[in-house]
Amino acid sequence: MYNFDFEKPSTIADAVSALGTEDAQALGGGQTLLPTMKQRLASPSKLVSLKGIAEMQGICTGDDGALCIGGATTHADVAAGAGAYAGLAGLAAGIGDPAVRARGTIGGSLANNDPAACYPAGALASGATIVTNAREIAADDYFQGMFTTALDEGEIITEVRFPVPEASNYQKFEQPASRFALVGVFVAKFADGVRVAVTGASEDGVFRWSEAEAALSGNFSADAIVDMAPGADGMISDLHGTAAYRAHLVGVLTRRAVAAALSLPT
Amino acid sequence: MSQVTMTVNGKEMSGDAEGRTLLSQFLRETLGLTGTHVGCDTSQCGACVVHVDGVAVKSCTMLAMEAEGASVDTIEGQAAQDGTLNALQQAFQDHHGLQCGFCTPGMIMSAADLLKSNPNPTEAEVRHHLEGNICRCTGYHNIVKAIMAASGQDVSSIAAE
Repeated sequence: MYNFDFEKPSTIADAVSALGTEDAQALGGGQTLLPTMKQRLASPSKLVSLKGIAEMQGICTGDDGALCIGGATTHADVAAGAGAYAGLAGLAAGIGDPAVRARGTIGGSLANNDPAACYPAGALASGATIVTNAREIAADDYFQGMFTTALDEGEIITEVRFPVPEASNYQKFEQPASRFALVGVFVAKFADGVRVAVTGASEDGVFRWSEAEAALSGNFSADAIVDMAPGADGMISDLHGTAAYRAHLVGVLTRRAVAAALSLPT
Repeated sequence: MSQVTMTVNGKEMSGDAEGRTLLSQFLRETLGLTGTHVGCDTSQCGACVVHVDGVAVKSCTMLAMEAEGASVDTIEGQAAQDGTLNALQQAFQDHHGLQCGFCTPGMIMSAADLLKSNPNPTEAEVRHHLEGNICRCTGYHNIVKAIMAASGQDVSSIAAE
């Protein structure tokens, strides 16, 4: 890893200011960024740790009932503290392994937008709002393809607001070595309809499977999407699985997620 | 270079670190605590697991500067001053929970992390908690058995006697 300057500010304003340097990069838990830097795929001039910013930590419930999670909150803290939204807590509890969950943060995961990460599916299926130091971005506008988001240079995710659905579940088919999702599907049933978001499968990153959403909004049951799967065009094909295999998994995991959402509390 | 200070196994320790100095590197090369092992260096294998402020982390994927002011516990701090092994270490010895021993420091630290929050885990819970710790010798059975034994449970019926 090439050397860099390190700063650990205690306020969002100081972090934004520290990120003003050319090639400066925000550091969440570092569970992806540090391995990337070891491989010299990234070489920032400065890392600005967001771990010392108290106002970006923790979970609360907003006036509108939404679950508000600080951008620097770890996966372990979401797993333990997001009981009001069990589907999301379950997603967080399945990321990586215990030591990774103790460091990795929700803001870091969403800012990186790895095409096989879990949180993008949770945020998109929930219709979450990504709150930054500068603005609020709807999840539908935020994810813009593999490793690409609406964030500008130096913009920090300070909070993520999740509307809490009536029923939800996340199903992940783990790539056994990395524990990333070979395919992951988050299903969220709201009063006004069902949202289904898929990670790990598409060459365009996380996406909403609208065909299943329409069927499930009419009849929230695995029977409503029997034999249904998205087309294999545009799906990732690699040594772990072909495009057709991934497309098939999307159907299977969506049915499992619906079945689980019906049998478990929100 | 700047100076980093942390409390390691109860003692305050300081040393110089660059921005890129990893916690694992700081413990091993600067403080001379080589019990924390570096296996894959890519946060897969778990040989480098230590506790930072009471929580298990992979020290190869955390910057030394992030541990400034923190309380860090490593494998060196697990046995008593006179060398008496703690319950987990003794159980690993009694139940043949190690062969080459390379993964063992990380296994012990991950297991200690589990038993702190779940003093009476099921076999499935132990296996789930060790997802991020890889052992290429034992096949895991005796590691799981040792952890169950250290938690005070009867392990006579667990596989791989």
